[in-house]
Formats: sequence, C-alpha cells, structure tokens
Amino acid sequence: MSAGQPPVNSPEIRRLSPVLGPGHTYASITDKISSIVLTRPVSLGWLVGFGICFCFIMLLNLAVVYLIGKGVGIWGINIPIGWGFAIVNFVWWIGIGHAGTLISAILFLLNQKWRTSINRFAEAMTLFAVMCAGMFPLLHMGRPWFFFWMFPYPSTMKIWPQFRSPLIWDVFAVSTYFTVSLLFWFVGLIPDLATLRDRAVSKPKAIIYGMLAMGWRGSARHWQRYQSAYLLLAGLATPLVLSVHTVVSFDFAIAIVPGWHTTMFPPYFVAGAIYSGFAMVLTIAIPLRAAYNLEDFITMRHLENMAKVMLATGLIVAYGYFFEFFMSMYSGNQWDVFLVEQRLHGPYAHYYYALILCNILTPQLLWFEKIRTNVIILFVMSLVINVGMWLERFVIVVISLTRDFVPSAWGRYSATFWDYAVLAGTLGLFAGLLFLFVRVLPAISIAEMRELVAHNSEEHE
Amino acid sequence: MESRSRIYGVVGEFETPRKLIQAADKARIAGYKSMDAYTPFPVEGLTEALGLKRTLVPLVTLIGGLTGGLSAFGFQYWVSVISYPENIGGRSLNSWPAFIPVTFELTVLGASLFAVFGMLAMNKLPQPHHPLFNVDRFQKHASVDRFFLCLQADDPKFTVAEASKFLKEIDAQNISEVEDD
Repeated sequence: MSAGQPPVNSPEIRRLSPVLGPGHTYASITDKISSIVLTRPVSLGWLVGFGICFCFIMLLNLAVVYLIGKGVGIWGINIPIGWGFAIVNFVWWIGIGHAGTLISAILFLLNQKWRTSINRFAEAMTLFAVMCAGMFPLLHMGRPWFFFWMFPYPSTMKIWPQFRSPLIWDVFAVSTYFTVSLLFWFVGLIPDLATLRDRAVSKPKAIIYGMLAMGWRGSARHWQRYQSAYLLLAGLATPLVLSVHTVVSFDFAIAIVPGWHTTMFPPYFVAGAIYSGFAMVLTIAIPLRAAYNLEDFITMRHLENMAKVMLATGLIVAYGYFFEFFMSMYSGNQWDVFLVEQRLHGPYAHYYYALILCNILTPQLLWFEKIRTNVIILFVMSLVINVGMWLERFVIVVISLTRDFVPSAWGRYSATFWDYAVLAGTLGLFAGLLFLFVRVLPAISIAEMRELVAHNSEEHE
Repeated sequence: MESRSRIYGVVGEFETPRKLIQAADKARIAGYKSMDAYTPFPVEGLTEALGLKRTLVPLVTLIGGLTGGLSAFGFQYWVSVISYPENIGGRSLNSWPAFIPVTFELTVLGASLFAVFGMLAMNKLPQPHHPLFNVDRFQKHASVDRFFLCLQADDPKFTVAEASKFLKEIDAQNISEVEDD
C-alpha cells in the first residue's frame, strides 16, 4: 500500500478493497506480469531459494535410490503398520492439490472475480502437489518398476486389476486428476504464451513460447470455442476434485479397521483437502507477492477471502472431528470406543492434541479482522494448518493400525531417517518446481487480468 | 505491391472492446460475411456482432464423456463377468456399484480430452504461421492492448480499396493490407 491511501484496516475501505490495484491498463498489466518471465534478471534470493530446494531434491534422489536398492525395509513401516509415512504423505499432498482446482474451477463457475490473480499459480501448485503425491504409492509398492501392473493391459498373466478395490479406483482417480488439471492449466496458459511469444526479446524464447502457444492469435472464432471448452473443463473439474478425495477416503472407509470404517470420511476428507490446500496457497502467495511486488494483483482482499475459506472449511473439519468422536461413543461399538480412548490417552495422544491445536483452535483466530489482514500472522497460520493436516493423516493411519482388534496384533510405529528424507525431498521438489514455474511462465493469468481491467473501465464509463 | 491477388484481407485496429463490437456490427450490416476479430482477451458480445454460429465444443465434449464412461463400464463388466469371473462369497459378478468410481473418472477424462483437443482441432491449431502475423502492429499489439478487425479477401464483396475505405469510415486506426504468403 502506498502512502496517501487510507489505512487498509478501516472496514469501509476494506469492503471496497479491489481485486486489482487502481490505475492499471491492458499494457501495464501485460508489462508487469510478463517482465517477471522475460526481462527480469535472476535475483540472488531466487538463486538461494532454488539452491536450497535443489539440495532437497538431491536428498530425494538419494533416498529413492537407496529405497529401490534396499527395499521398503529402510522405512519405519512394519506389520501391522504397513502404511506409515508413505500413505500419510500421499493423502496430504493430494489434499493440498485440491485448493488449486477449487480456485480455478469452482470459483470460476461461481463467477468470483477475485480468483483471477491466484488461479494460475494455484493450478501449478495442484500439478506439483499431485506429482509429489503420486510418488508415494509408487515407492510404497516396494517394486515400483512393476507399477504398470495396476493398469488394465492385456498381459501374458491373463489377469486384470481388481476393479472392486479402492486402490485401483485411486489409480484412475489420481491419474485422471493429474491429466485434467494439466489440460485445464495448459488451456488457460495458451493466450498468455502467445503474449510472451509476441513480446519475447530473444529468439530462443520467441521460438519456445511460440511453439507452446501453437499459433494462437486471439481470433474471435477461437475465443468462442476456447471459452466454451474452458467453461466445460471447469464444470468437469468440479465434480472431479470432489471425487478424487472421496476415492482417497474410500481407501480407508472401505476397510474394516476401527477409525477408518465410517461413512463420514468422503465429505470430511474433501473439506480437509480444501482446508490444507488454501493454507498452502497462502503459504505460496504471501512470499510471491512480496518478492515480485505483486501487491496490486494479489491484494489484501484475496488474502482475506482465502482466510475466510480456511475458516469455513476448518469448521467443517472440526465438525468432522467432533462427529467422529461422537459416533464412536454413541455406537457403543467396543472397538470404536477403544480407538477414541487410544487417541486421547494412547502412545500417540500427543499427535492428536497437536492436531486439535493446529486444526481447530488456531484457525479460530481468523474470526478477527485484524488477524485476517495481518500478512505475517496469516503466513504463520498457513504453516500451522499445513502441519495440522499432516498430523490428521498421521493420526488416522498410525493410531488405527497400531491398535486394531486383537492385542497380539498391536504394534508401534516410528519413522526412520529415510521416511523424513523422502518427505523433505518432496517438499524440496514441490518448492523447486514452483521456483522454476515463476521464472518461466506467467504466474498470474495476463488475459484474465485484462478482462478485469475491461470490466473495471466499463463500470467507470 | 505486385502480388495484388495474394492478399489475405485488410485489417484495422480499435482502442476498446466496445468500439470493436460497434465496428463489427457495422461491417455485418454492411454485408461483409468473411471477417474475423482479434482481441487480447475474450470480449463479450463480439460473437453476436460478427454473426458467428454456436460452437460444437459442447457436443464434442458430450461425445467424449459418453465414450469414456460407456467404455469404462463396459470394460469393467467384461473383465469381471466374462473374461475373468471370480466368485467371491457368492456375490454377483456384475457388482456394478463398485464399477462406478472408475466409470465416473473415465467419463470426466474422456470429456476433458475431447473438449481440449476438439477445441484445438476446430480452431485448426497448432498453426504456427498465419498471414496476420505479417502485420507488424498485429504482432506487437494483438496479444496486448489493441482490438483488430480483419475483412477477408475471400468475401464476395471484398476489394482492397473498398474494404480500406469502409474501415476508415468506421474509425479504424492503422489500416493495413494483409499479405497472404
């Protein structure tokens, strides 16, 4: 906020707070966003940030190579806790991806103007998160080089995947999700790639962006079909995103393990996914707008709206926790009651309490306007919620598996260095891909921002 | 210019979307049929002004979705009932509720692939070069901040002189001929 403007926090101003800073034209928007990619030199901060990510990607390489060499025994998993970190991380990463689709598809269908400047990098976040997520089930298979056994192809073994199994549904859900997210993202990029092609200062850039833009020239005929396809993709992605986490929750809900076998899981997982995803969008948006001076495009209004979505989905998650607890007690089922006791007093109780603190208590601060408009507190809170959602999956996977029906089958689980190495490695991969993304592609949709300018100027006429 | 016969059309530019829509309206009323507008973002009302037909993208998407969904369900039925029937506690082989998730996912996948590739195919993309890219100002501004209207040479009404004059009358700026190469 520049000097001379009224304070951000006064309610009248904030209610009118724009989704786009004042005084922008088609050209100024194009310049500002495309210059990040085309002309801005690599900064020291970017190099250091990417360098750190690169080290973690190398750690991931090491951990994966060692895993393939030695087998999954290097992880903390055992019998009965066969799932461990791999599945915790898988569900966590997939969930993070969901906010990107929510922003790009559902808010598009609802005609929410504030989605415009955050949808591009939120979609990129989705893609990168799904890439990280997809690695875990593959690595967890033990023999990842046979991953194609999960696909139905005519083989000499003459058998097919078990289509009645949620694990096979997962294969289809996650691969469809990745493909559709990629298509959606790429279709959104085409007009911007054409802009970059036309504005590129060097020949190689013009050629690369030109090939990607496929000769887009903004013809009205093209736009008509383009808009139709984009709208349809948004309509298709909306039920898809709900289905993906529903299927992920089926991995649990269809098993008979106490704490998993509940019909509440699909909506509760979807809400949790959107909750953690919005937290991750904030985690990315806040440093991004500071680093590239995008405060005019990613305004306080965006951050506040995202905080409100987090609060709402956080309350749904809290409702889920409460009813998980209530239904176990109300059912009188001894295994379910015992599981609740284990969560409250068992060996992993501290994880459960940390989860309640991160996911239910902390976000209640978002009721206050002062908190919602404080960038630093929002950033810290987004990190806390990400940790909380990871803990939620840990509690679901580990507590249920360590304490099932027969005491002789009980066990303990503790993660090893290699578990943490793979998790940290995927975090590095995720952040590293984002670092590359902001340098090579426009992090904000230029064409859609122009529409916003047109919309604003028509209102003034 | 010697290659008068090799002209793609005449292009003029406008400053705002509204002016472009008005211009397209006038051109349509004047009887121009073969023309196209070029804008840096989708402009509402332009398709009507140009008199464009409805797009086939939704139909193609529907076909894609039906193809994906029907083949997914049919395949699962074939695998579970015909190719490799497994008797699991006497449950019916055609356990259709269990086939719904994959059927749904492939419906969405088929529809999305058809929507995107159908849209690109109908737009005849990728097409790396187009005569309009020969126009310098088109390259610099069509994807940034100007709104172009191109009257095309394949229109029976078209002559270079008349089209240029018409564009001038409707206040187009920087009118230029587009060479077809």
